[in-house]
Amino acid sequence: FQDQAEQFFRSGHTNNWAVLVCTSRFWFNYRHVANTLSVYRKWLKWCCLIFHSHIVLMLADDMACNPRNPKPATVFSHKNMELNVYGDDVEVDYRSYEVTVENFLRVLTGRIPPSTPRSKRLLSDDRSNILIYMTGHGGNGFLKFQDSEEITNVELADAFEQMWQKRRYNELLFIIDTCQGASMYERFYSPNIMALASSQVGEDSLSHQPDLGIGVHLMDRYTFYVLEFLEEIHPASQTNMNDLFQVCPKSLCVSTPGHRTDLFQRDPQNVLITDFFGSVRKVEITTETISLDGDLAGFESK
Amino acid sequence: MAAAAAMVGDEAERARGRRAALSFAAIAVVLGLPLWWRTTETYRAALPYAGIEGLGRLPFQLAVPVAVVFAPRSVPGDLPRPLPFTDVQEMDIAVNLRTSVTARYETAYRSTTAQEEAALDVATAQEADAGLHLLQDALLGALTVYVVPETSPLLPQGISVYVGKHRSALVRAGGGLATLRTRLQQLTQVMSFTSSSIAAALSDRLPDGQLGPDARRHLKSSLGYEITFSLLNPDPKSHTVDWDIEDAVNRYVQPVLDKLSLLANFSVDSQILYYAVLGVTPRFDKESSSFLLSAHSLPHVINPVEARLGSSAASLYPVLNFLLYVPERSHSPLYIQDKDGAPIYNVEAPASPQASLPLHVDVDMVRVMEVFLAQLRLLFGLSREELPPEFLLESPGNEGLADWELDRLLWTHTVENIATVSTTLTSLAQLLDKIGNIVIKDDVASEVYRAVATAQSAVDELAMGHLHSAFQASKEAVTSSERAFFDPSLLHLLYFPDDQKFAIYIPLFLPMAVPILLSLAKIVREARQQRKEPTKMD
Repeated sequence: FQDQAEQFFRSGHTNNWAVLVCTSRFWFNYRHVANTLSVYRKWLKWCCLIFHSHIVLMLADDMACNPRNPKPATVFSHKNMELNVYGDDVEVDYRSYEVTVENFLRVLTGRIPPSTPRSKRLLSDDRSNILIYMTGHGGNGFLKFQDSEEITNVELADAFEQMWQKRRYNELLFIIDTCQGASMYERFYSPNIMALASSQVGEDSLSHQPDLGIGVHLMDRYTFYVLEFLEEIHPASQTNMNDLFQVCPKSLCVSTPGHRTDLFQRDPQNVLITDFFGSVRKVEITTETISLDGDLAGFESK
Repeated sequence: MAAAAAMVGDEAERARGRRAALSFAAIAVVLGLPLWWRTTETYRAALPYAGIEGLGRLPFQLAVPVAVVFAPRSVPGDLPRPLPFTDVQEMDIAVNLRTSVTARYETAYRSTTAQEEAALDVATAQEADAGLHLLQDALLGALTVYVVPETSPLLPQGISVYVGKHRSALVRAGGGLATLRTRLQQLTQVMSFTSSSIAAALSDRLPDGQLGPDARRHLKSSLGYEITFSLLNPDPKSHTVDWDIEDAVNRYVQPVLDKLSLLANFSVDSQILYYAVLGVTPRFDKESSSFLLSAHSLPHVINPVEARLGSSAASLYPVLNFLLYVPERSHSPLYIQDKDGAPIYNVEAPASPQASLPLHVDVDMVRVMEVFLAQLRLLFGLSREELPPEFLLESPGNEGLADWELDRLLWTHTVENIATVSTTLTSLAQLLDKIGNIVIKDDVASEVYRAVATAQSAVDELAMGHLHSAFQASKEAVTSSERAFFDPSLLHLLYFPDDQKFAIYIPLFLPMAVPILLSLAKIVREARQQRKEPTKMD
């Protein structure tokens, strides 16, 4: 038990945050919304380890209530329609046209207009581990937002640098599932960032399986296999990042997933998946009490 | 004749053409280029880079005014000078290679006044402390040490130092000046700050590995806190729980918060959560016939509950949640077992099994508040450090914290604030330097100037020993620097790749530039030709 306690302190973080972004609009990009919602569900599924207030969910389009959805108010990620990842308690913080490059960068850097409510802010501190998951259509060095604008890898790297300068994260895990995703993490230069991408520059990320009932592809391969891998993780498991890097080899994914760990201070061998994909509280038992005088005569209550 | 005239006319025409081309080119370069440059550059107001850099290297000097008052018959024989006199002692606190913190103890030695003697002429130390408090002018950060004769009845047997609730302490005389000096040093460590507390406050500038778990536990200083008291009742069918939280908050919590109001703004609310179950099923232990929750399952206990705890949507302050859990009837009594196996804390357990349900439970708010306030003190970093055995610390009682504990907080928070300002402004300056296309508006620049100025005045006030004004200045500096750093306008210009810049400018400038460049080229060619055949003209 003592060792476990020591290890908690070794990782250095006391809270977890997540920013999940789906950048594509239109019905045929159903799978991107399903990707993001599945990642969201996976976290909440672990007995609410990361609760809504610590997740910033950005969905660029509404699939559940889309007029073309044959099963309204649902979003499925598997063709057997086993799990409705939309559920009853999803909290979308940035919806539809609010998902823009500017809003995304504002969330990351914290330069938000003062009228923004608490749920739309990333209130992380220097002891937060943050997971950033992005999905959509991308190219060499950019990611397309809403079919009208794009974010470049330089802007993303600058945003992370601003987060680092203001001590807004302890460690950051960046996962991107788009075509040529590896180009997005090429320009990072801030410390303590680990990045995973679904495909290398010049490769396309492919979708997983179509559903004939709904008529679109339901998920992307990389995210599907990552989530399958995460199924086996439970809050006390010791699986580390090296195992995550092996997920979805070329035989399954067709594209070659990439990762980048040179900016990360700790060895990926020692980084637990639960450092980012779960939030385990640090508990301290106190035995001190102060002595209070129960009947304080002549005390005026305010 | 006509041909010659035509040639002269031609020549004049060409000369005029040359002049025209040259003047176009000149205007384009001299007027146009600077105009284009000025109108397309990003507006960046000037920032005090030198001031920001200076702030990072500023040596901290913490001056503590101490007054040592000798009661009659307690003056040690080996004083260097006759009373009254002042003495200054400096101590270096090593933080890291670049930062140096010096602590200056400005000690004024004097003898008691008649009123102070009367105040010391009482039965117990507590009464003396109360009496002396009325006589002092209660300056924040200042300490007064009263030296009483060795045979004085004020201090109990075996105790040589008594630290009161306010800002004074009683020391038993004896052993000469050297012992007095040692005791003084120990006192200032307890009542003002220690090297480790200052080092921890400056931890922003320290590498992470050197911090102990204590530093991780307490909260970073913030401008406000939201405190929520929650009562968790997982089994409303069996228990109806009554807690008089409003009265308890007014009686016990509010005085503490009033004292801490100098430090931050507080808002308090309370709630009752029904059907809030713990995440872990407790084990039944036959020996003690009670249910046990082991310590290492505790992290999983709190999670489902935490999801249900709301927080105010509008407030951005950190939230402190204090939870009181009433165990279910089927899991009572419930104990938490620490790693040694001994049950150490009894969560509120209703005693006798009664026939009728639901049981009415009246929460003993005093006991509950004792625990909550102790935890609040821990969160703020007010733990009782190891003391030498001859020290006696007066319990602050219902006030929650002693005046000197507030001083301790103020010392560390002031230092922490100044360090935060310096880090924020340095990183802002670095950022704006590195990312060349961010707009810096005038109000951002003025906030930065204000932050630098107030931070410098905070450092000056610290060196003079004015803790209150130093803290206020440091708070203002932090607010200004945060406002400057997080100003929404600092996102204005996003990155434009070079090929996009060319794509915009070429269609505008190329058509205009082509005729000018071509005519310039023609002029140069003709000039060269003329130089080669200078005697072409007849």
